[in-house]
Amino acid sequence: MTGPHDQTGTHGPTGTDVRTHDGGGDTMKTATQADRAQTAATAGPAAGEPRLTGHDLTLAYDQRTIARELDVAVPDRSFTVVVGPNACGKSTLLRALSRMLRPTRGQVLLDGNDIAGLPAKSLARTLGLLPQSSTAPDGITVADLVARGRYPHQGLLRQWSRDDERVVAESMAATGVEGLGDRFVDELSGGQRQRVWIAMALAQQTPLLLLDEPTTYLDIAHQIEILDLCARLHEEEGRTLVAVLHDLNHAARYATHLIAMRDGRIVAQGEPGEIVTAELVAEVFGMPCRVIDDPETGTPLVVPAARR
Amino acid sequence: MSLTGTRSRVVRTAGGLSVGYRPRALLVGTGCLLLALVAAVFAIGSGEYPMPPGDVLRTLLGQGDPADAFIVNELRLPRTATALLVGASLGLSGAVFQAVVRNPLGSPDILGFTNGAAAGALLVVFAVGGSSALLAGGAVTGALVTGTLIYALAWKGGLHGYRLVLVGVGTTAILTGVNSYLITRAGLTEASRAVLWMTGSLDGRGWDDVLPLALGMVVLVPLVLLGCGRALGMMEMGDDAAYALGVRVEHTRLTLLVAGILLVALSAAAAGPVSFVALCAPQLARRLTKAPGPNLLPSLCMGTLLLICADLVAQRAFDGHQLPVGVITGVVGGGYLVWLLATERRAGRI
Repeated sequence: MTGPHDQTGTHGPTGTDVRTHDGGGDTMKTATQADRAQTAATAGPAAGEPRLTGHDLTLAYDQRTIARELDVAVPDRSFTVVVGPNACGKSTLLRALSRMLRPTRGQVLLDGNDIAGLPAKSLARTLGLLPQSSTAPDGITVADLVARGRYPHQGLLRQWSRDDERVVAESMAATGVEGLGDRFVDELSGGQRQRVWIAMALAQQTPLLLLDEPTTYLDIAHQIEILDLCARLHEEEGRTLVAVLHDLNHAARYATHLIAMRDGRIVAQGEPGEIVTAELVAEVFGMPCRVIDDPETGTPLVVPAARR
Repeated sequence: MSLTGTRSRVVRTAGGLSVGYRPRALLVGTGCLLLALVAAVFAIGSGEYPMPPGDVLRTLLGQGDPADAFIVNELRLPRTATALLVGASLGLSGAVFQAVVRNPLGSPDILGFTNGAAAGALLVVFAVGGSSALLAGGAVTGALVTGTLIYALAWKGGLHGYRLVLVGVGTTAILTGVNSYLITRAGLTEASRAVLWMTGSLDGRGWDDVLPLALGMVVLVPLVLLGCGRALGMMEMGDDAAYALGVRVEHTRLTLLVAGILLVALSAAAAGPVSFVALCAPQLARRLTKAPGPNLLPSLCMGTLLLICADLVAQRAFDGHQLPVGVITGVVGGGYLVWLLATERRAGRI
């Protein structure tokens, strides 16, 4: 699960980028971005082939079409963040990428294979998803909930191996919930609970992890805590993360690859430092703003225009 | 080994196999089964020709005198075996439905499957008279038709708890009407027999009543416990979370619903639609095991204990008056339902 942290993030290898960049954009921003990437990366040339791609996707619930002719690629070992206004189809896209929603047209490929045909457990060993809302069963302890992440690695006669035990302990340590093992999930704070769910997803040991709005309902401190955790998982364990986030500034700060959506279309994708501009924000969110450098990280910071 | 905690333990073999268990749940399950067997011995010993437990045990082991052997093996054991098996299958199906629906109200008697089975069985009884096998067939058909109907009505891109409960309550009401109508159309003798059967009764059960249920359970119990149990536990966290963990959610749910319906139907064929055991057993088991998850096996054991105890009370509590077992489960279980509705209301879930 470790390896060279390849980071190009300049463009989705396939896709309907409205703006494709070749890396020669805003020099100051890309420099800081590259620094950030460099700290995490052991260098290396262009990223490997994206493992997860969607081709010509038409996504619909019942008769309601959410997105049409969508092409998307998740760069390998990236922290990809999907942003866009409410109901733009970003969660729907995530559901399609995780096979939760079957596309009415097109296909999602994982390592070149259509995910529709993969056996359930073997898919669950490669690709994990943390849904927006999950219910912790009544009276379950933290350790028991995290242990459930091992399900795709288990069987009727292989219910709890030493590997399972080790991975669960590691996952709890990685998310900082190792001290809470015997506590009931219902008595935890929102931030702790979210870390427990992430620990469960980690215990699944998937190289690809999809997170649907992992910071929703959390206060700002806990949001940053969860995002720091995600960034660490991405950098230290070399996992490919795909998250749907509401906050554009968080997305710009943490993503190595940003996908901006509106009305079921991908408006732009690429490194945040290159694609986040006032024009893009206006196009995607319909909001006038200024984009300045984040004084902490040098990543783009979106400041909404003052009321006139 | 701590028996008070809820933590699970694991047995590992050198070959890398491992099986997890919870000591407390194991204790609850075996405790219920042992108590059920003790109650069964007393139940066999009671009646117009009372036998002390020692004699019952000796006879069961094949060392009693021929008269005792006849009374035990031919007259009383079938009834007791019916009680044990019906209790077990109701307890298990109750746990399955409550977990699938994710709601303590999601038991087969409330969802309408029990009444569906009864309607099927009544139709068979009135139309062709009916052997045990035919009765079982009628009950299974009735329950499956009801199940399909409820599934179709409640389905809206997935099954959701209260929607299913509400559709089930409506279906139950309709089927109660259908059943009453069927009874009014029957002759007097048949009708009074049918009414007794509708209450849920274990009177005069023979081995041929036990057989269809026993055969069904041999297939269905392992299918549910071993085939779907762990997946069902995952589904408690929501369909999305279970799916993300590699559970074939729709497939598992359909298998479990069909298995649960068959268990209910076969028990209804054997003992009539005994009410409330399926509703109470899983919740009682869960409170005792303090374990998360559907508690399938403890619920099965608890159902066994509940039904055999109810039958013992029905036989013995009122001198000279045997009550149908369904009266006892109805009175006790009805009280529980009122309490459950009140707590659900207070928790804002209804």
